[in-house]
Amino acid sequence: MPRRIVIGIQGVGHRVIDSVWRLGYAARFFTLTLLKSGASIRRFSLIIRELYFTGVLTMVIILVSGLFVGMVLGLQGYETLQKYGAETAVGTLVALSLVRELGPVVAALLFASRAGSAITAEIGLMKATEQLEAMGMMAVDPVARVVAPRFWAGVISMPLLAAMFSTMGVFGGYLVAVVLIGVDEGSFWSQMQSMVDFRFDIVNGIIKTCVFGVAITAIAVFEGYDAQPTAEGVSGATTRTVVTSALVILGLDFVLTAFMFRGVG
Amino acid sequence: MTTKALVEIKDLNFSYDERAILKGINMTMPRGKVIAIMGSSGCGKTTLLRLIGGAVTPSSGHVKVDSQVVHELSRNELFLLRRKMSMLFQFGALFTDLSVFDNVAFQMREHTNLPESVIRDLVLMKLHSVGLRGAHNLMPAELSGGMARRIALARSIALDPMLIMFDEPFAGLDPISLSVIGNLIRRLTEALGMTSILVTHDVHESLKIVDYVYFISEGVITAHGTPAEVRESASPFVHQFVHSEVNGPVPFHYPAETYATDLNLESSVA
Repeated sequence: MPRRIVIGIQGVGHRVIDSVWRLGYAARFFTLTLLKSGASIRRFSLIIRELYFTGVLTMVIILVSGLFVGMVLGLQGYETLQKYGAETAVGTLVALSLVRELGPVVAALLFASRAGSAITAEIGLMKATEQLEAMGMMAVDPVARVVAPRFWAGVISMPLLAAMFSTMGVFGGYLVAVVLIGVDEGSFWSQMQSMVDFRFDIVNGIIKTCVFGVAITAIAVFEGYDAQPTAEGVSGATTRTVVTSALVILGLDFVLTAFMFRGVG
Repeated sequence: MTTKALVEIKDLNFSYDERAILKGINMTMPRGKVIAIMGSSGCGKTTLLRLIGGAVTPSSGHVKVDSQVVHELSRNELFLLRRKMSMLFQFGALFTDLSVFDNVAFQMREHTNLPESVIRDLVLMKLHSVGLRGAHNLMPAELSGGMARRIALARSIALDPMLIMFDEPFAGLDPISLSVIGNLIRRLTEALGMTSILVTHDVHESLKIVDYVYFISEGVITAHGTPAEVRESASPFVHQFVHSEVNGPVPFHYPAETYATDLNLESSVA
């Protein structure tokens, strides 16, 4: 067999082994984070501080995006539905689209871009500037003190942000359909109320956002902690957080949707 | 060096993968003294500090701190030991999201149940000892390199440790800051009765403040003695190092093929 082919196969083998090894390391790190979460849950002020950075500071992009997505849904929905004389169902279309899919997925993508990348960059830079090592030398576990509070803040923030996204989206749809176009307000809200099921639509949407919150924040803290302590290393880790999170969100969304909405409703 | 030793290093070997960094190191560091570990960049000085602090495990041999073999301690025991020791990193490693005050208060809040009023007084006392009480409200980004190093020093003495390790405390400082840091290390070591280990290649400043010096070259101790003995040393390495000479046992060139080979001159001549 030509030497180049052998080297190529070896390269693929090395990459596969490295990826599996890293996945195992990430799983161990995730378990360690959960095991060391006790201290940060007892000192909830640590999580509250991080809630501000991951949650509150992400609100602007979430609210503005939610509003525009809802407005676009209202416009597009009306354009299609009015062809069938069903324009009063635009409220249902906006609400179901947002609560089931767009709310969790788009909010998660925005959360990964805004908060996930910030978490990775912050932890990565703390590593590069020896802050994590200094903490360890002070007998303070960096996983318990730095990683766990950020992880739980992300897990708590994500469903709340997605709820805000969907609420703003519904409001955007209302603005376009009712206020601008003139769809009957009573029909808009009453159809939405009768067609959106709390357990089937809203609870499933909340479950999705919780899963996305765990996935994004776990990826973000791991990439930050595992970053090479150089400028390139931190930059690469931040990019990986956004790319990996986006792919994981879309993959998980398909899997969760397949389980939750198997042709029902 | 007759005082009871705080740090004892015995037949210590350490390798990264296959590359030997430290080879058969033996050291004794008595309590209450300032000890310098010198050597050219990359000779394993910082690795030695990391071994003393338990951040890495030796390939063979051992490091004893306060009569405990560091690498044999459980994680909890190691953390208990680390509460009595401290490390000042090369560029301070201050927590950039915390103010100067909160940086110094960090360990007190993590490891003690002291009331906030007592912590406030203690932090101001520590900052006063390094001359930066007035900077307690600043953020690390607002500090000069010398100030950051002094704040890091105040943070490292927050819990009155028995041992402080300084990793290149003089690197990148102007002459005034350099003298200030040097004097603070000496003064605080004496005032707090602690032991200080300095890893440095700043010969002139460190020889003014230390009690004993170890020289490391290529992973082994090549010389050791008091500052006076070191200045008079006949060892070619120590002489080159102390007198900052270009020529000597430490080569200028990194190991490589011959110059002619690299430039393909041999083949063209042939």
